[in-house]
Amino acid sequence: MSGHTKTIRVDTLARVEGEGALLIKLVGERVADVKLRIFEPPRFFEAFLRGRHFTDAPDITARVCGICPVAYQMSAAHAMERALGIHIDPAVRLLRRLFYCGEWIESHVLHIYMLHAPDFLGFQDVIGMARDHKPIVERALRLKKIGNRIVSLLGGREIHPVSATVGGFYKVPAKSQLQELVEDLQWAQEASLETVRWTATLDFPDFEQDYEFVALRHPDEYPLNEGRLVSNRGLDIDAAEYEDHFIEQQVKHSNALHSVIRGRDSYLVGPMARFNLNFDRLPQVAQQVARDVKLTAPVRNPFRSIIVRAVEVVFACAEALRIIGEYEPPPTPRVEAPNRAGVGHAITEAPRGILYHRYALDENGLIVTAKIVPPTSQNQKRIEDDLRDYAARLVAWPLDEATWKCEQAIRNYDPCISCATHFLKLTVEREQTNGE
Amino acid sequence: MSSKSSHKPKIAVFKFASCDGCQLSLLDAEDELLSVVDAIEIAYFPEATRATLKGPYDIGLVEGSVTTHHDAQRIQEIRRKCKMLVTIGACATAGGIQALRNWKDVDEFIRVVYATPQFISTLKLSTPIAEHVPVDFELRGCPINKSHLIELITATLAGRKPNIPLYSVCLECKRKGNVCIAVAQGTACLGPVTQAGCGALCPSYDRGCYGCYGPMETPNTASLAGQFRVLGCSDAQITQAFRGFNAWSWQFRKISEEYERK
Repeated sequence: MSGHTKTIRVDTLARVEGEGALLIKLVGERVADVKLRIFEPPRFFEAFLRGRHFTDAPDITARVCGICPVAYQMSAAHAMERALGIHIDPAVRLLRRLFYCGEWIESHVLHIYMLHAPDFLGFQDVIGMARDHKPIVERALRLKKIGNRIVSLLGGREIHPVSATVGGFYKVPAKSQLQELVEDLQWAQEASLETVRWTATLDFPDFEQDYEFVALRHPDEYPLNEGRLVSNRGLDIDAAEYEDHFIEQQVKHSNALHSVIRGRDSYLVGPMARFNLNFDRLPQVAQQVARDVKLTAPVRNPFRSIIVRAVEVVFACAEALRIIGEYEPPPTPRVEAPNRAGVGHAITEAPRGILYHRYALDENGLIVTAKIVPPTSQNQKRIEDDLRDYAARLVAWPLDEATWKCEQAIRNYDPCISCATHFLKLTVEREQTNGE
Repeated sequence: MSSKSSHKPKIAVFKFASCDGCQLSLLDAEDELLSVVDAIEIAYFPEATRATLKGPYDIGLVEGSVTTHHDAQRIQEIRRKCKMLVTIGACATAGGIQALRNWKDVDEFIRVVYATPQFISTLKLSTPIAEHVPVDFELRGCPINKSHLIELITATLAGRKPNIPLYSVCLECKRKGNVCIAVAQGTACLGPVTQAGCGALCPSYDRGCYGCYGPMETPNTASLAGQFRVLGCSDAQITQAFRGFNAWSWQFRKISEEYERK
């Protein structure tokens, strides 16, 4: 290689969930190569789910990800219910939304304050940030804890909760138990508004991309568990059509499979996609604070996703309060789900974006085939596309600063590599030549 | 690290094949996190920080199971760098849910999940850390209980043994005043053979325990499996009941294989 070659390399990506590495090769002003490498070992969920009873799917698939287990439980339960042809009680539907709100609060607050904000403020981590910004970190911890409290109340514990199942829950809370959350949630609502205002004061690079945004869209609600899958370029499909429109593509320069829309290219899932496609479905309080900080759809700067996440926390707090106000326990915690053969698909909105599950069952209710497409696998190509453009602007920067900026650009996506891995190609090669 | 002569114990967190949930437990300890990081130095914890300090480390927390050649080597290096090595969670202590491959043809598994199988490098077995290196302490659970993690750190700082229960989930149910769901409702429940630690969560939520914390000391799995049969479970269902998140722990493995052969 010529003396103009420069390599940005991160052997272990920090403040992401799971293990990945980054390699960018710059030749002169040109970005010659971008590789987001995944060395997280594969775990083969789709394979060992075969032969298990459908009731095992929410418990087992939760273990794909300790950060968003609720998302896995929800996609699995909905897909199974479609396979079995059963319909859940409206009160169960509300509780599921509440459950998901808890996970969104917990996961988004973790990412906003503990994984992403340190980049904007120049800290290595939240511990360093706590020394200079203690009240902010304390606010974060309290807010995150309230999200976890919702998940724990409905599910027993915050990581791998035990109550959600096909047809409903093993046990549902009494009205009075939910009421106990109200005071905390009212505080959380205020804290989430402060979070939006605070994130809006951070410095953002001037960087916009032309994305295809993909998210669920529901007739009346900001999407969590249900809706059609839509995009800003005309996609409008049911979950059952997902595999007709999305394909996994092998790319020569990378050992990772990339998800693309058939006939088009990479796409973006997650908070920015949801916000841009569903701004009109946000409650007034969330719309208003977004306007106050001049955050208007479509947001095309991925660094500003930190503000969008904060707006989604406002939504989640408001939605949780609304649900608690309306809640009356269902007549039974769950509807019975008899064994039968069938195929079911579901997409729900994990904190990081759409999570697709498909199952085929035999007449004994045992899983014949399973397919799971997590959000981070879908964003992976888009992350590389961002980096290809962004790295070109960093050519003149000192290498360590450019490296940190690229890491930050990856963290814009809150990537969960643990999730993506059972799908991504594994590479055990952890380093490339220096390039110098 | 040479910049100041800090006497804080250095803690490192390492990840193998896992879901990240057990290490997240540390960040989920919202009430204790700031005091914990006052008392210790986070020397290596990629999920939380970019900064890394070189070893040796006073405490190494290991999450996840060994599933690749590379990881089998890496755990040896990590052991050498850690004065005290603690495994956290069912993947690290028992091989995790991914150990279900251990009874199957892993090459066939690769073909199910991956389009181009030749790129995948993996071992035939998913194994706990203790099958590779000596382990000083194990924290059970899928996930671990975050209060156990705080207790472990506190006890280590104080130079005492962590106070972690080794009895069964049944005792936790009794203490909570739960009516026994196995006796009263005829629900198959792994509580009698499973180590406590979760606070009898599943029975408290009207379902049978599914064994997140793995086998208790001296579990009578044969007797419980017989009881499952009385409740109407088939041999295949009994096999699968023990093939959960701690399937590769020898006590659960032994009984599941016995029923698989029937």
